[in-house]
Amino acid sequence: MSTEHEKIQAELAKYQASVEKAVARFPERPHLPEQRLYTPLDVKDTDYADEISFPGVYPYTRGVQPTMYRGRFWTMRMYAGFSTAEESNKRYRMLIENGATGLSCAFDLPTQIGYDSDDPISEGEVGKVGVAIDSLADMEVLFDKIDLGKVSTSMTINAPASVLLAMYIAVAEKQGVPADQLRGTIQNDILKEYAARGTYIFPPRPSMRLITNIFEYCSKNVPKWNTISISGYHIREAGSTAAQEIAFTIADGIAYCEAAIKAGLHIDDFAGRLSFFWNAHNNVLEEVAKFRASRRIWAKVMKERFHAEKDKSMKLRFHTQTAGSMLTAQQPNNNIVRVALQTAAAVMGGTQSLHTNSRDEALALPTQESVTIALRTQQIVAYESGLADVIDPLAGSYYVEAMTNKLEAEAWDYIKKIDDMGGAVAAIEKGYIQKEIQDSAYKWQMDVESGARVIVGVNKFQMENEEPPKDLLKVDEAVGKRQVAKLHEMKAKRDNAAVEAALKDLKAACEDENENLMPHILAAVKTYATLGEICNVMRSVFGEYEAHVNL
Amino acid sequence: MDIAEELLKGNRLALSRAITAIENEYDEATEIMKKLYPRTGHAFVLGVTGPPGAGKSTLTDKLAREYRNQGKTVGIIAVDPTSPFTGGAILGDRIRMNGLTLDEGVFIRSMGTRGSLGGLSHKTADAVKAMDAFGKDVIFVETVGVGQSEVDIVKAADTTMVVLIPGMGDDIQAIKAGILEIGDVFCVNKADHDGADKLVREINMMLDLDVHEPAPMNDAQKALADQFHHMAVGPQAEMAMPGYWRPPIDKVIANQNVGVKELIASIEKHHAYISANGELQARRTKRTKDEMLDILSSNIGKYITGKIVDTGRLDAYVEKIKAHETDPYTVVGDIMQEMLR
Amino acid sequence: MEKKIRVLVAKPGLDGHDRGAKVVARALRDAGFEVIYTGLRQTPEQIAEAALQEDVNVVAMSILSGAHGHLFPKVVKLVREKGMDDVLIIGGGVIPETDIPALKEAGIAEVFTPGTPTTDVVKFIKEHVKL
Repeated sequence: MSTEHEKIQAELAKYQASVEKAVARFPERPHLPEQRLYTPLDVKDTDYADEISFPGVYPYTRGVQPTMYRGRFWTMRMYAGFSTAEESNKRYRMLIENGATGLSCAFDLPTQIGYDSDDPISEGEVGKVGVAIDSLADMEVLFDKIDLGKVSTSMTINAPASVLLAMYIAVAEKQGVPADQLRGTIQNDILKEYAARGTYIFPPRPSMRLITNIFEYCSKNVPKWNTISISGYHIREAGSTAAQEIAFTIADGIAYCEAAIKAGLHIDDFAGRLSFFWNAHNNVLEEVAKFRASRRIWAKVMKERFHAEKDKSMKLRFHTQTAGSMLTAQQPNNNIVRVALQTAAAVMGGTQSLHTNSRDEALALPTQESVTIALRTQQIVAYESGLADVIDPLAGSYYVEAMTNKLEAEAWDYIKKIDDMGGAVAAIEKGYIQKEIQDSAYKWQMDVESGARVIVGVNKFQMENEEPPKDLLKVDEAVGKRQVAKLHEMKAKRDNAAVEAALKDLKAACEDENENLMPHILAAVKTYATLGEICNVMRSVFGEYEAHVNL
Repeated sequence: MDIAEELLKGNRLALSRAITAIENEYDEATEIMKKLYPRTGHAFVLGVTGPPGAGKSTLTDKLAREYRNQGKTVGIIAVDPTSPFTGGAILGDRIRMNGLTLDEGVFIRSMGTRGSLGGLSHKTADAVKAMDAFGKDVIFVETVGVGQSEVDIVKAADTTMVVLIPGMGDDIQAIKAGILEIGDVFCVNKADHDGADKLVREINMMLDLDVHEPAPMNDAQKALADQFHHMAVGPQAEMAMPGYWRPPIDKVIANQNVGVKELIASIEKHHAYISANGELQARRTKRTKDEMLDILSSNIGKYITGKIVDTGRLDAYVEKIKAHETDPYTVVGDIMQEMLR
Repeated sequence: MEKKIRVLVAKPGLDGHDRGAKVVARALRDAGFEVIYTGLRQTPEQIAEAALQEDVNVVAMSILSGAHGHLFPKVVKLVREKGMDDVLIIGGGVIPETDIPALKEAGIAEVFTPGTPTTDVVKFIKEHVKL
């Protein structure tokens, strides 16, 4: 210990002694984090050059670009989509006119699970949480009058990601935009579907094959496309802690890299197109530390474990969404404040793009007015708050640096444990990751119910006789019927012989493990084969995943 | 509704209500069982046991589908542990069998152990009878699967299948002492995982250590042994060695439906074997005897407890014993004299 | 043997957000109930039939996708058609206040929205269940 540290140590001891006396008379609030305050002693072992370094420099703790928001702000990308392709198209064009710089498509649940709108299982769900896409025809409407050469589009689609990406490529082709000009992201992260989000279709092995097929196809044909968004968001929403969010997500990322390498790809050929998706939760400083820790861990994973050589492969680029599960149905206007704080965390944590939730999230899909407030929140943080003016402004805070180290250490412990189990796929099949998340979720709920954790308006500061909010967005119940009618009309018009031939060809390709499925899927969507038809072909060969529940 | 009568007519809700009456020991349960009893004895009862995570429920789901393909009706009783602290339970086996829910030829019932320690609940056997009387051809009884105390299943089932998976490390040693000796058929599930062959070898070794010399056979037994010798093929031929049943070990991958047909063949072979050599009858006779003694001692116990506890006599006895005026043995002797004269 | 309250916890429809359903399932277990958990993507037909086979006293469902108006009443109808007149059927999830009267009209005994303590659910069941 240096003499300076010794001096601080002595002063700290004095301070703690005096505080203990005061605390005996005026107790501190219960349930606070273990340390009262942080000092240089908490970060004395952190080597600046090795562990913190500079923006755009390994291990990227301070950010992946050298200038961050001093050049341009993050992409303000609002997740939207509901009802029919026509309705969603209108909302997208409104967002673009209002200054949104990227699109983010929400699909309804039948689409996310690979069922057509007329499947009996889709009853009641068509157009509810996103837009219904049955075939290329719907996709053409969805992006009508939107230049796919200019906009970057993020699609929240996982199990059938290959099919929706193929449709997007086909629409662009019709607009005259070549595939190598397309920019955007597909979520394409099946492992967190098994662990947390629930919209899986196929078992792990064929799912991993589809993902590596996409990596390979895009590296050659759609080079600007982010082929996966490895998502901690839903893991956190399902109830995990910050450390678990990092650890389980990075473990998933490791599994994807291993699968791709096993399929014969070189790490530097695809790693640069991997992106991440984090949650911005309520605890601002912990969240900033989480973003910083995750960048550092990923850089180390890529360099030390996979021996990546390109800088781009080592940079953890990420999208962020504010935590939907933290918004309350009670006193919904309070949610605007929560979202503002979460936005601050994401910005100080160096996000590349951000979706801000709307105040009515815990009640229904957001109205246009709520969406506008959420977008304005980002703009206020960007232009007025000053938070975006200096790069990684919290670096050097004893607390934030110590917290960054702590989250990193906790995450490594989990990653090691998962490695010992045989990786993320094995850990999910054993139900380990699900169980860890559930335990955290249950603990959170019990803390709220005991009052150990205060949620304003929910377990403290409640209002009697709160007026139920009005003007919630209602999805027209007739949407389902209209969509089904449209689907049947389309099926009557298309060349059914061509569809059948394409599906037959796809089936054969599915049965040959060495075949890349993307060209076959692309050929099928161009014949207007439906999403359900294509997924059913794959179901017939691959089977379906059976959930592991271990309560 | 008259639950027993409706049950015998094939009313599923009546079957469900009957099991509830049995489980909760409603007053009418005894009357229901009396009416159902004459119609029992037709179902084949298959016990499914093995450690947690071995895939018992998934395997049960696949076996049930296969029996359905053969045109047989199926009942499934899945037992999960009841918390000794809260009395609550999460019964989660059904989730692996959701695909069977809408098949009218299948009836699935989840039960909590409710204080029983042997891997089943006290009322599982009666619930099996209700399903049997209902007309189910095959009834699966899936145990809790906590490890070494899974012994009740042998009493409840005609054939007991033990499910194991590779990668349990030293656990196999611990399990050996408990459930290994109760298996009529062994199933190594998740056989595509590393270590499956090693596990098969280990089970083989343990089973071979356990082999006792076959007793000399009479002519009928010899004929029977020959018959089963012909049925046995491939690596399992040795299991039809004369005079005793060598449990076969089947490798399956339940969630991919691999090896399920072969496993059913092994189960059916055991079923045929014990039917032909009289062991099935012997097992069932033993079961009837045990059950009767159970009911008898439970009723006598309740009767005497009622007389002693409810009347306050117990406390009086305890006081006397504390004062060394008498002792528990004398008191019990006196009570027996008085009550069971 | 005391009568145990048996509850079927199910997620009708296609949404995969089962955090709430699982937390409620555990809380009900800790309250001493027997909870039959059937997981994701259950059709109303499956839920009603499982309720029959398990002879539950309560069916508890959770939906976050907005499909409650369609799916909850359908479950009530099917459960009643099977002759289970006294089964208590409750629901929860992201459900706007304005939708609740219609759901109650359809036979949903109570609707629990985000922020409800699990103890409220336990209390409601204990007070309203018919054993």
